[in-house]
Amino acid sequence: MNSHIPRWQMSLVARVALAVALLLAVGGVLVSVAAFAYGRQAAQDAYDRLLVGAAADIAASISVDGGNLVVDLPVSAFQLLALAPDDRIAYRVTGPTGAVLTGYGDLPDPPETAGASPAFYDAAFSGEPARYAAITRRFAERNISGPVEVIVGQTLRARRALALDITRRALVLLAGAGVLMSLLAVFVVRSALRPLDRLAEAVAQRDPYDLTPIRAPVPREAEAMVGALNGFMGRIDQQVRAMRGLISDTAHQLRTPVAALRAQADLVAGEPDGARRDAIVTRIHRRTVDLGHLLDQMLSRALVIHRAESQRRETVDLRDAALEVVEAGDFALTAPGVEIRLIIGEDAVPVLGDLLSLTEAAKNLLGNAVKHGAAPVRVGASVAGGQALLWVEDGGSGPAPEYITRLGSRFAHDSVSRGDGSGLGLAIAAAVAQAYGGALALERVETGFRAALVLPLAEGAS
Amino acid sequence: MRWLTLWLCLLSLPATAQEERRSFGDAAAPVRLLVRSTTDIAVFGPVIDAYLATRPGLAVDYEQWGSNALFDLSLADCSADRAGADVVISSGVHQMVQLVNNACAAPHVSSQTTALPAALRWRDELWGITREAAVMAYNRDLVPAGEVPLTRFDLLDLLRPPDSRYAGRVATYDVEASGLGYLFAFSDAREATTFGALLESLGRTGAVATCCSAEIIAGVAEGTYLIAYNVLGSYAQVAAQADPRIGIVLPQDYTLVLSRALMIPKQAVHRQQAAALLDFLLSDAGRDVLTDVLLINPLTDKASAEERAPVSETALRPIGLSPALIVALDQQKRAQFIRRWRENFSRDVRP
Repeated sequence: MNSHIPRWQMSLVARVALAVALLLAVGGVLVSVAAFAYGRQAAQDAYDRLLVGAAADIAASISVDGGNLVVDLPVSAFQLLALAPDDRIAYRVTGPTGAVLTGYGDLPDPPETAGASPAFYDAAFSGEPARYAAITRRFAERNISGPVEVIVGQTLRARRALALDITRRALVLLAGAGVLMSLLAVFVVRSALRPLDRLAEAVAQRDPYDLTPIRAPVPREAEAMVGALNGFMGRIDQQVRAMRGLISDTAHQLRTPVAALRAQADLVAGEPDGARRDAIVTRIHRRTVDLGHLLDQMLSRALVIHRAESQRRETVDLRDAALEVVEAGDFALTAPGVEIRLIIGEDAVPVLGDLLSLTEAAKNLLGNAVKHGAAPVRVGASVAGGQALLWVEDGGSGPAPEYITRLGSRFAHDSVSRGDGSGLGLAIAAAVAQAYGGALALERVETGFRAALVLPLAEGAS
Repeated sequence: MRWLTLWLCLLSLPATAQEERRSFGDAAAPVRLLVRSTTDIAVFGPVIDAYLATRPGLAVDYEQWGSNALFDLSLADCSADRAGADVVISSGVHQMVQLVNNACAAPHVSSQTTALPAALRWRDELWGITREAAVMAYNRDLVPAGEVPLTRFDLLDLLRPPDSRYAGRVATYDVEASGLGYLFAFSDAREATTFGALLESLGRTGAVATCCSAEIIAGVAEGTYLIAYNVLGSYAQVAAQADPRIGIVLPQDYTLVLSRALMIPKQAVHRQQAAALLDFLLSDAGRDVLTDVLLINPLTDKASAEERAPVSETALRPIGLSPALIVALDQQKRAQFIRRWRENFSRDVRP
């Protein structure tokens, strides 16, 4: 069966794997970017605190000695900054007049907009990018009054290293989570697809001639598929049965007349008397005509039953079928001169079925009526009791009641023995009716005998 | 950076030029590496010779400078973006840290440099290549064995009596003239409260502050000074090997350990050769030579014949290459420190 699956069709596992991989890749990229952003921010915050700590330390070391500001630069401030071991340190202390008290005189000033204390800003330090913090301490002494600004800066190596380190750790975690999720996905996909595997196994292990429905439990998503498969197998089963029935019928029904023909042909061969031989030949001729008629009917039945079971069902107006039966005029050959009346109403009589099969079934009924019944013969379609009827009536009394009760069987032996095939016609009609979910109704009515195909009305048909 | 040059101009008048210069290797060599160092040529010469033995076609011009003058010159080269030395080696490591902080150095990374402990390496631009102790030297003939100070407290005790015979005969580096002296004094001030008392005692007793290791050690040998405080152990040991009159003590309360710093200036012409020299100095072969000339000191008191316990590891205070040393060169901090020093040594400045 696998050879029928087109190659490019991706397996479900591959689809899920691809989806999961895609999810992980996109998610991974997003989380990586987020991790890097977070790492940078975290490193920034951590080392900004160092800067502020050092700046505050330096600011606290400023004292007023006479008229001068004295900065007793604390080693601890630089030890704090040395926690970023590979970064160069920039610092400057400027007095209220803007004069540099100590430190690097050529450091970039904080941006004008940064009014807060501490203010952070990025700028270069001797050709290397650096981060600065500026804090202001206000003096209100007799001789010294105004803000003293302390700027402390540091190059970015430690920040970058920390940011990378945080990112790397996050990525390692992420990779671990990815592996875990992949394993989980494998597990989930396998368990999700297990019912399908079971189903495939059940189908593979079936006897090829076993057409019974599949009973293996399947998940809801696969129910439609299994339902369709079961329906398909059901139809095949039905057709195989029908075919067997047909072959069986055919063999059974042909055996007797053919044996009779052979016997009569034997008689002809051994009959010296010309007049009697002619009579036998006439009988043989009549028998072959009947046999031909029987064959026609059997083939017709096979065709009709086959169509009824295999043809796509469409909405059919039974009035069309009735009209078709009357207009075809088949009866004119067997019973010339019989008048047929068509009785149909204004409203459509819709059913789901196949026009040809229904017409054939009705023709068989009409054939019986013309052959066995009495005038007047009427054909019609109507709605009665919520059901659609395609019926044929004649003025006769119909077949014997016990004959009607026996119609349930697949073929009527009597018809064969009688050689007229009328029972076969009823069997065809009954089979068609059953195929469309209806039944063949044979009943006496006021005006005579009625044979009707009783079918469910098509809902919602216009 | 203006302030730095300013105070250097004002303060370091005596040491504005190189003290000595010597060329090593083939005079016609195509590549001449210029090394500027504070290390005495006599001490460092064998190291250069050992290096050049493995490097045909290379010559080294070695200039010996005072630490302040070397700092001044290197800073000037750096700010003027002018090619100066290919290698700068200085015992004034705070000055070297300052140079690196001013973005004057070129980076170099090799398996030798990464093997260095973190305290001997900064930004891959500054490396500590030696291991030398700050010691007390004394004259064996004139200082009785029982009076040899083993700690700074012993030295204080010797100076305490009003009629102490050590008064005026203790020498140490002048913190203004010597970058190394300033670094040692600054480290002492950070290390212990003893420093204040010591400074006061030295000042009160008229101790001598002078500029250079050689001068101080010679003074000790000749008996001009009885004790020299905070002299560089490597020089003292070299001298003690030649002169039995010199005794050496590693202070047992704590001993400062200095690693001379090497830097490759950003403007160096022969950067690769400079880096190769650095790698040699950090290699096993280089360390062996440095050990031979006592620039890497085993830190046991070998030079003195006396049976004395070596200084315990916990008493060693290495001066690491850390940006915290920038504080030492802050102009206000330095001015305050020197003022405090001067206030104590005001009575007798010159030997």
